[in-house]
Amino acid sequence: MSGVMKRMGMIFRAKANKALDRAEDPRETLDYSYQKQLELLQKVRRGVADVATSRKRLELQLNQLQQQSSKLEDQGRKALALGREDLAREALSRRAALQQQVTDLETQHATLQGEEEKLTLAAQRLQAKVDAFRTKKETIKATYTAAQAQTRIGEAFSGISEEMGDVGLAIQRAEDKTQQLQARAGAIDELLASGALDDPTGMAKDDIAAELDRLSGGTDVELELQRMKAELAGGSPQQAIEGGTGQGQTQQQPQDTPRFDKQ
Amino acid sequence: MIVRIMGEGQWQLADAHFAELNKLDDELLEEMEGGDEAGFRHTLHALLDSVRELGTPLPDDSLEPSELILPAPDASLDQVRAMLGDEGLIPG
Repeated sequence: MSGVMKRMGMIFRAKANKALDRAEDPRETLDYSYQKQLELLQKVRRGVADVATSRKRLELQLNQLQQQSSKLEDQGRKALALGREDLAREALSRRAALQQQVTDLETQHATLQGEEEKLTLAAQRLQAKVDAFRTKKETIKATYTAAQAQTRIGEAFSGISEEMGDVGLAIQRAEDKTQQLQARAGAIDELLASGALDDPTGMAKDDIAAELDRLSGGTDVELELQRMKAELAGGSPQQAIEGGTGQGQTQQQPQDTPRFDKQ
Repeated sequence: MIVRIMGEGQWQLADAHFAELNKLDDELLEEMEGGDEAGFRHTLHALLDSVRELGTPLPDDSLEPSELILPAPDASLDQVRAMLGDEGLIPG
C-alpha cells in the first residue's frame, strides 16, 4: 500500500512519536490536545449558531413575503369583485413574482436546515469525543504517573541489585584471592621444603644445612656405636671418646695406661 | 484494520476489503500528483464512501490508534498535498 492512506498514516505516526519524544511530559501533551479539542468544539458550536441565525432570518423574510403574497391575492379578489380585471391581473402577476422568491427562499431554508442538523450532529459527536477523550486523558495521566512511579521503583530495585551484584563480586574477588593465597602458600611450602626458597622464619633449612644435619646425624650414630662397643668391652665410653675428661665416671683409669686409642 | 477519516471518526475494516480500497487509494495518489482536482474529489469521495460502507464505525468513546488515515471529505487537493509534503501533517 503506497497511496494516500498509508502515507498519511505514516506521517501521523512519525509526527506523533516525534511530538511525544520531544514532550517533556506526555500528560502536558494530553492536556494541550484536550484544550485544542475544546477550541474546535467551540468553533463548531459557533458555526451551528451562525447557521441557525441565518435560518431564522430566512424564516422572517419568508413570512413577510407570504404576507405580501396573501395581501396581493386579496387585492386581486377585491379588484375582480369591483369589475377591475386589469387591476386583478396586475395584483396576481406581482403575486406570482413574489411566489417565485418564496420558492427560492424555501429551498435555501431547507438547505440551511440540513446544514444546521448536520452541524448539530457533528457538534454532539464532537462533544461526545471530547468528553471521552477527557476521561481517557485522565486515565492515561493516572497510568503514566503510576508507570513513572513503577519505573522509579524498578530503577531503585535495579540499583539495589546492582549494588548487591557489586557485593557478590567483592565476595567472589575475596574468595579468588583467598584461593590464590592458599595456592601460593602451598607452593611456597613446597618450595621451602625443597630448599629452593629461604625461610625467613628459620623454620626451614637449606640443602647445605640439611646435608650437614644428615652428616652430623651420621656422626652421632657412629659415636653411639663406639660407646656401645666400649661398654661391651667394659670401658667407659665417655673416657674413651673424650680422652678421659668425662665426668661422673665410676672408675678412674691411670693417665699413662690408656685402654684403647682414641679414634 | 482501523481507518480514520479526519473530522469524522474511525472505522474497523476487514483485511479482505483492502484490495478494493487500495485501488482507489492508488488512483487518488495518482490524481493528486497529477493535479487532477476533479478526479481527486471524485475518487476521494468514492474512497470515503467505501470505508463508510464496508467498515464498522467505532464508538465515539473508543480511542484506538488508526493504522490508516484519510483526508476529510472537503479537503482540497492542495491541502492534502500540503499534508503529505515534507512538513507532514503537524509542522515541526
